[in-house]
Amino acid sequence: MKLLQWIKKHRVFFDGGMGSLLQERGLKPGELPETWNLLHPEALVEIHKDYLRAGANILTTNTFGLNRLKFPAGGEWDLAILAAAAVENAAKARQEYEKECQEEGREAQPSFIALDLGPTGKLLKPLGDLDFSRAVELYGEVIREGERAGADVILIETMSDSLEVKAAVLAAKENCSLPVFATMAFDEKGKLLTGGNVESIVALLEGLKADALGLNCGLGPVQMKPIAEKLLEVASIPVIVNPNAGLPRSEGGKTVYDIDSDQFAGEMAKIAEMGVWMMGGCCGTTPEHIRKLVQACENFPVLWPKKKHRTVISSYAQAVVFGNNPVLIGERINPTGKAKFKQALRDHNLEYILQEGLTQQESGAHVLDVNVGLPEIDEPVMMEEVVKELQAVLDLPLQIDTSNIQAMERALRCYNGKAMVNSVNGKAEVMEAVFPLVAKYGGVVVGLCLDEEGIPETAEGRIRVAKKIYKTAESYGIEPEDILIDGLCMTVSSDSKGALTTLETLRRVRDELDGKTILGVSNISFGLPQREVINGAFFTMALHDGLNAAIINPNNEAMMRAYYSFRALSNLDPQCRDYIEIYGREQVQGLGNTIKKAGQDASGSGLSDAGFSGQNASNTGLSGTGKKEMGLGEAIVRGLREGAIGAVSRLLLTEDALTIINREMIPALDKVGKGFEQGTVFLPQLLMSAEAAKGAFEVIKDHMQRSGQVQAVKGRIILATVKGDIHDIGKNIVKVLLENYGYQVLDLGKDVPPELVAEMAVKEEIKLVGLSALMTTTVPSMEETIKQLRAKAPKVKVMVGGAVLTQEYADTIGADCYCRDAMASVNYAGHVFGKSEESETKHKDKGGENTINQSEHPSAQSIWDELVKRQGETFYTMKKLPFTYQIKGGEMFVDRKKKSITRATFDSAFQKIKEDGQCEITGPKKLNCFGAPYVWALFKALQVVK
Amino acid sequence: MNEETELNRESRIKSGVEYDRESAEESVGKHDKRIREILRYLGDQKGKEQEDKAVLELISSCVAELEEGVSPKHLYREFPLKLSGETIDSSCFQTRSKALGKNLKDCESIILFAATLGTGADYCLGRYSRIKMSRAVVMQAAAAALLEEYCDRICKQLSEEYEKQGRFLRPRFSPGYGDFSLEIQPKLLDALEAGKRLGIKLTDSFLMLPSKSVTAVIGVSKIPGKCRVQGCEACLKTDCLYRRQEKFERIDR
Repeated sequence: MKLLQWIKKHRVFFDGGMGSLLQERGLKPGELPETWNLLHPEALVEIHKDYLRAGANILTTNTFGLNRLKFPAGGEWDLAILAAAAVENAAKARQEYEKECQEEGREAQPSFIALDLGPTGKLLKPLGDLDFSRAVELYGEVIREGERAGADVILIETMSDSLEVKAAVLAAKENCSLPVFATMAFDEKGKLLTGGNVESIVALLEGLKADALGLNCGLGPVQMKPIAEKLLEVASIPVIVNPNAGLPRSEGGKTVYDIDSDQFAGEMAKIAEMGVWMMGGCCGTTPEHIRKLVQACENFPVLWPKKKHRTVISSYAQAVVFGNNPVLIGERINPTGKAKFKQALRDHNLEYILQEGLTQQESGAHVLDVNVGLPEIDEPVMMEEVVKELQAVLDLPLQIDTSNIQAMERALRCYNGKAMVNSVNGKAEVMEAVFPLVAKYGGVVVGLCLDEEGIPETAEGRIRVAKKIYKTAESYGIEPEDILIDGLCMTVSSDSKGALTTLETLRRVRDELDGKTILGVSNISFGLPQREVINGAFFTMALHDGLNAAIINPNNEAMMRAYYSFRALSNLDPQCRDYIEIYGREQVQGLGNTIKKAGQDASGSGLSDAGFSGQNASNTGLSGTGKKEMGLGEAIVRGLREGAIGAVSRLLLTEDALTIINREMIPALDKVGKGFEQGTVFLPQLLMSAEAAKGAFEVIKDHMQRSGQVQAVKGRIILATVKGDIHDIGKNIVKVLLENYGYQVLDLGKDVPPELVAEMAVKEEIKLVGLSALMTTTVPSMEETIKQLRAKAPKVKVMVGGAVLTQEYADTIGADCYCRDAMASVNYAGHVFGKSEESETKHKDKGGENTINQSEHPSAQSIWDELVKRQGETFYTMKKLPFTYQIKGGEMFVDRKKKSITRATFDSAFQKIKEDGQCEITGPKKLNCFGAPYVWALFKALQVVK
Repeated sequence: MNEETELNRESRIKSGVEYDRESAEESVGKHDKRIREILRYLGDQKGKEQEDKAVLELISSCVAELEEGVSPKHLYREFPLKLSGETIDSSCFQTRSKALGKNLKDCESIILFAATLGTGADYCLGRYSRIKMSRAVVMQAAAAALLEEYCDRICKQLSEEYEKQGRFLRPRFSPGYGDFSLEIQPKLLDALEAGKRLGIKLTDSFLMLPSKSVTAVIGVSKIPGKCRVQGCEACLKTDCLYRRQEKFERIDR
């Protein structure tokens, strides 16, 4: 009997826990339960039979942790054989049970074998180190074996990561033809460990066409009830509830649950009453629990869920529903007409794109459109990369905007959630290409009202195309609620009836087709002056005529005003709360309030420092006026990004870019860098200064680009966190500083294979590579990377850094330079590139005393480096008293009398030696500094003094 | 699969909202200590009060954002211990470690402990390390401090519970301290089912994910411990940049 037909008419009971039953039979801690399928098949058969006798319909195989990661190829156990044995044990139990029933003259309930799949045990990228595609492979392998052995259904369970469950469901869809059930482990608040909620998971799983979804593990029936209620409210497919036996606690070394099997059954009956008819148990539940559950619930009617007709998309963390409340889709991630964006794509400058995304989120976008189409780039590769990067830093759902079908598929495949797809239209060829992707991966697709005959001039014509789109979609199994009709917005300056036609289309889609709509609003004003005047008015009209989603620039004040006003006027903003919050604070002349609200609340998200998009930069420029004006150097030293942007904008009116850089910026950066080395400036301050300088550089870059100047790059450097290491904060700090000093950084990211570093170094003709490793366990892969670099690119210099590294370690693995902190890497880069670069010398000649470049007193640096190297050695003071020391940061800790001396003291003492001459310093007192007995002793050991 | 795990459900449920449950007084004292710890993680070795207002503001804004985004959770379970010198056998793992052996002297059992701030902290860190490093480094330090604080609080509660039974807890000792190898991690996590229950996973090189996670061994003894040295000071890596300072007197100030 086919499972899916049977469940429509019958209550379905799952079995209960497996682990504790195996332990009762002797499974030891640390032993892999899956091996019991072969070692003790009789135990498994017995457990399955006990559940059948209790009334279960679904037998879950003992394969929770079965995958290639735990059972590697060539290991002690063969994965395929274990999978087959697990299914066969269940099948044997079923056969024996049916025979038993026959003998006793009663009818056995129908039962089905569910191939059980738990989490892989690894965390997927971007948070972890497992590739999505690898996860699909891992699941696929087990699924193929399970189906071959005779499983009836795939049960994916105890999932707490939306991306991992997507991998598992896709693997099932691609590797077998069995029904797929997926249950998630939510916490008490209805959240997944990775942040998703009920709505976002339902959107994802329904999009992927799972056959049933639900809850298991983590909670008892009492805590699951409210979550199940929420599930029933939003899900259009059947809901499964498999709770633990209750909440566990420890009593005398044994685990007991807060409720007994009778209470369990009683609580489950309440859940059955709500409309759940697929239920069983998880950890701690036994055949007894299941028997009582069956007795308590078997007479409740079966209620197939109603279709909820929700138009919904999701990210890993949240769902966005299209309904009365208009949805704003940010349009800024799109190279069309944006020179800087195009350049960012060509330079592979993902940071720029991420910043565009974050700015729009802060401005109030609910969804981000992602378009990276540019003729000279590999769009499918870029699209996948940008989608992954965006999803790693922000939690808004994305709209995949491309006409490149390959790019669309790659994005939809790796996307964590249910995406929007932009777009399809009435052309047969396009529908044939796009709809299968939407059907497979899920999604809400934008349907443009145009076809082979072009754009219909009348609303009637556009409705006709919309109907065609709905109908064709249906033939692919795509529901009407997963389509947003774009009635198309034609330029009103070339067709004065254009706007009216669009508005009529909106109304008719809503009223006649019961459909939902979307528009790229700003098209309306092409060719007109002051476009936002028209845009804002048209946007309001469209919203009034039922527009559900608008693709707009959320950083645009006029659009946001229209949006907030419309919501207030249409009873979508109770008590005008949002409106008052944004506009109630102060009177502002002209524009600026909405963006200000979203963008200036620094304590909110901390991302608010504007300055990337041209528009924001000018906003900040304006808001800076009126206050006391600060010098550029001061702003950089104090780490004030907005101040630096304002100051540089003013300076550019009178000075040329190079002068500003050399006279103001470099000395300020050097001052901060020097302070960091001496321990007077600490890391966050150093970085705040670096970011302020970066903001100023952006303005200068813009200025130079406008005036046709080309900015020289000092040198190109590869940075990478080595294979196996996924902590990249140190590498990123170094990157920020190197960029500040004018180097172009090729950031290969984290967990980078040695081959890739070597390959890129050769391909890009790189002179300097920086490698970072955090853990002792990953230093070997740093060594391997250096080895490969030496072999393939012998001229490359390698600098290394990271928490576990020391000078000694760096020497052992053959690095050219050990950088104990970020400034050390800047200094070394100066050393590597300094000699050959003319531009370096230019600003060194300037301004004598305020240019504190390390190369001016290289030996102060080398002395300190030497001191760092010789930590722990015993030295003797003039009075022959032994001492040792440790250096931490810019400070030396001497064991004698527990004294500490800062690096600044050494530097000034050294300066004195240089000034007075070696011969004058005949003893500690002549140094005239703090801690002189030690300083002198060390200088003497290093032969700095005689 | 293994439902025998001891799991202190009550405290786990509480954990998510604990931050706002303290008295005002406690929270002021804790606040100062927290800021000092964050500054230490940031490499501010002097222990001086940071005068820089911008940094202090950055710290408090990062702490606020983290507290919003993280959901700390923990697990523990007691195991019997057989100890002979450096050889440690606690039924769920066996290892040799001089440092841990010393730490577990006179103990009859151990508590395996695991805690995590969850993926929320990593999302925060990941986001800012791509676009705003100053915030990322402070976030990193703040997350480390919050996690330590959380572990300290849970362990203090545990310690009080045990003392009522006349049993005393030793300080937390984590893999990676001294010669207690990181390679023990899979066993510790498996024994607690920390992967399934807390979402703590390992990379191939035994790094824990979410990155703000802790596992530790806590000795249980009938004899009160003499030394109350906490984690950091007990570590043998005395040249660590982030080591909590003993009182050094600055002579050039």
